[in-house]
Amino acid sequence: MNGPAQSGNANGSAAPFLRIRDLSKRFGQFTALKDISLDVKQGDFVCFLGPSGCGKTTLLRAIAGLDPQDEGMIEIAGRDVSRLPPAARDFGIVFQSYALFPNLSVAANVGYGLVNQRKARVAIDARVAELLALVGLPEQGAKYPVQLSGGQQQRVALARALATSPGLLLLDEPLSALDARVRLRLRDEIKALQRRLGVTTVMVTHDQEEALAMADCIVVMNQGVIEQVGAPQDIYRKPKTAFVADFVGTMTFLDAEIAGPMSLRVGTIELACPDAARFRVGAPVRIGLRPEEIRVRNIDNTTANKIATRVTTLDFLGSFCRAHLKPDAAPNVAILADFSLNLMRDLSVAEGQELTVALPPESLRVFAK
Amino acid sequence: MSVATVTTPKRLGFARISRDEWLMRLGIVLLVGWLLLIIAFPLWALLSKSFQNANGGFVGLANYARYFSTPTLYGSIINSVGVAIITTIIVIPLAFTYAYALTRTRMPFKGLFYAGALLPLFAPSLLSAISLIYLFGNQGLLKGLLGGGSIYGAPGIVVAQVFYCFPHALIIAVTALGLADARLYEVADALGTKKSRIFRTVTLPGAKFGLINAAFVVFTLVVTDFGIAKVIGGQFNVLATDAYKQVVGQQNFEMGAVVGMILLIPAVLAFAIDRIVQRRQVALLSARAVPLEPKENRARDIALLCYCTVVVAILIGVLGTSVWASFITYWPYNLSLTLKNYDFGTFDQSGWASYGNSVLMAAVAAVIGTAIVFSGAYLVEKTRLMPGGRAIAHLLAMLPMAVPGLVLGLGYVFFINASWNPLNILYGTLLVLVVNCVAHFYTVAHITALTALKQIDPEFESVSASLKVPFWRTFGRVTVPICMPAILDIAVYFFVNALTTVSAVIFLYGPATKLAAIAIVHMDEAGATAGAAAMATVIVATALGAKLLHLLLDRVVFMRLQAWRRR
Repeated sequence: MNGPAQSGNANGSAAPFLRIRDLSKRFGQFTALKDISLDVKQGDFVCFLGPSGCGKTTLLRAIAGLDPQDEGMIEIAGRDVSRLPPAARDFGIVFQSYALFPNLSVAANVGYGLVNQRKARVAIDARVAELLALVGLPEQGAKYPVQLSGGQQQRVALARALATSPGLLLLDEPLSALDARVRLRLRDEIKALQRRLGVTTVMVTHDQEEALAMADCIVVMNQGVIEQVGAPQDIYRKPKTAFVADFVGTMTFLDAEIAGPMSLRVGTIELACPDAARFRVGAPVRIGLRPEEIRVRNIDNTTANKIATRVTTLDFLGSFCRAHLKPDAAPNVAILADFSLNLMRDLSVAEGQELTVALPPESLRVFAK
Repeated sequence: MSVATVTTPKRLGFARISRDEWLMRLGIVLLVGWLLLIIAFPLWALLSKSFQNANGGFVGLANYARYFSTPTLYGSIINSVGVAIITTIIVIPLAFTYAYALTRTRMPFKGLFYAGALLPLFAPSLLSAISLIYLFGNQGLLKGLLGGGSIYGAPGIVVAQVFYCFPHALIIAVTALGLADARLYEVADALGTKKSRIFRTVTLPGAKFGLINAAFVVFTLVVTDFGIAKVIGGQFNVLATDAYKQVVGQQNFEMGAVVGMILLIPAVLAFAIDRIVQRRQVALLSARAVPLEPKENRARDIALLCYCTVVVAILIGVLGTSVWASFITYWPYNLSLTLKNYDFGTFDQSGWASYGNSVLMAAVAAVIGTAIVFSGAYLVEKTRLMPGGRAIAHLLAMLPMAVPGLVLGLGYVFFINASWNPLNILYGTLLVLVVNCVAHFYTVAHITALTALKQIDPEFESVSASLKVPFWRTFGRVTVPICMPAILDIAVYFFVNALTTVSAVIFLYGPATKLAAIAIVHMDEAGATAGAAAMATVIVATALGAKLLHLLLDRVVFMRLQAWRRR
């Protein structure tokens, strides 16, 4: 990758809050991180997203100084912290396991880092109360962690991490241990809290939906390298690699060949595609297509990329149906298409039915093979 | 809102941070140095001694050659192994059946039966031998039952060893049988399997590794135990008594070292097998296993209740014989009760002082040992610095498990008495006895501490580092309070074992630091069996007292300090 990947909408003027340059980390023979460079703007909410083993947690722990990198530089707020121990780095951290001290009350947990700053008892108590109110747990200070639910415990962990007003908040899969409903609620709360405090935040997650919903900027990682950095919209709509396209959202992949400057061929089907311009004619490529992009309504003679298909199976997924379409001209290919229940009813789509669909040219993403 | 001020300038405190790391490194270095000093160097001294002549010159395998060409010496190997095999064959089925009753039935009073069977752990090994002499010895109460046979020698050793080894085998068997997945039994039942076939194909394979492990532990205990063979062995020579005779009797240190090296073999083997078994046993039971709830079966429960009653009655009977005999005026002719046997001064010069020494030594070992073992285990498990140093510390901490007390004691003799060693001024002091006991019982305590520490969230140290709290404050405020039950366990373990051990300290005491367990050996040697029984009774009472205090304390700690465990 040329130059550092950058968070947020490249504004260029302000110096990044977190600067990472050429970071590498090996565990024996295994390379966990390979030449990672990344800039994070002050106040951004950044998500490291990737499958397990992609290096996202390793990168977070390197930023924290918990598992120092082998090579490379980390700068927080303009200060080179590459070789500093965790306690000298000014960050708060929240773990998937909450890591609350079980023998200390909720209040003592939240105030754990404040006591060390030799503040007055009254000041600490006031700060703890303020933080507990902030995370929506007022009046719970006297309880022990075991008496709280998982979601409440994670709020306490968040309050503890924020207590010393760190410049950087690190979240290591903070929602993964929670029930689905609690996870959704806490997700919104964390995001709102982060906006309000303006604290630069890095969160590790393997859940793409979580990343899309929470992040200002997503860093997609795979096998120790950064695949793509960008706003959630960009990551979803303009994935740079097949890996990103496949990992974030659902996509149908088809083998194709570039047929002309703006067109390509799948089997015998010729498709218009502006993205094909990036490749030379005759090159073998893969194309990707989101299921929700496939059009069925308002197709006339002028519609581009019209193909005749047959519905082979329909999966009912609650608010919509996912159809598997078999093009008449390419019986070995299966295209996924999401149809709203509305559309299903209007066109009375059923298994075995013939259906003419359009693949909008601008929605076709071309990837090198 | 003040919360929103994220960029308050903060003291960075470089000095303290580097002090944190510096302290951890120092701790690890000290730990490794300490373990080398108390475990590795003495063993090295023993090893090198076995290749030297009386003047300290290197003689290669000459000592070993002499050992194996002297029939009275190598004959002991056969004797020791023979006695150990017979004991193992007897103990394992007895303990397995007992453990089965405790884990797989709905028999009543399981807790009491388990506690009763563990009683021998609180007595020196030689107590059972003393009881056997009272029952079947020359003046034995039940001598007639032997029909002219003699209890002295191999038969006495085997019987006494069975008594002494039973609880050790039982603990392992209970653990092995306790690890059962109810689903396996449900599947077998659903497939219409006969009870006997379920036992052969599910129960036994599940407990197999535990039984193998128990067999090796018992074998090692018998081969390396000194007290029983000393008291009831008579003319029947075994390795442990040979080592004692060579060193204490004939001052032949080189030959003592050779015997020590031979004693090391079964223990090292047992240790290796234990390691392998532990690894397999863990893999055997998945985290999703469903614990087994024994089903109703009156016939089985009553039969096993009878069996357990008989076993416990015999165990308590053997223990009780010594206690009773210690209050008898003149066994077996005048059975009136008296306290004169407790006037130890009349049998042994040191009198009650040896008991005082024992309690003091055990208490100091409990305090120092627990503090060092727990701090050491913390450094090994919870720090990230110096991985090599921590690995060495862990290895050294696991080593004493494979070293019989007698062998470690010999190593201490050679190490401390070496002319070049400035520590030899410590020979015969209470401090050496304490250090030797801490070293001898280090492994079990270390494992207990590690197990407790592993259950704590591994991110506590990360969290406190992020909050800029020094590691030792989290250690004191969080780690130690959470591990308090395990810490108490370790302390009691050290206390009871330091109190009852003979083999680890028999070479190391001095005139002013004789221990109660050694006084028993000496009184028995001098024919004052009643005094020996009385002293053994005092030790058992003290050890049991400590255990009861522990249970009481545990309850208080749990109720008061551990309120946070309750929902």
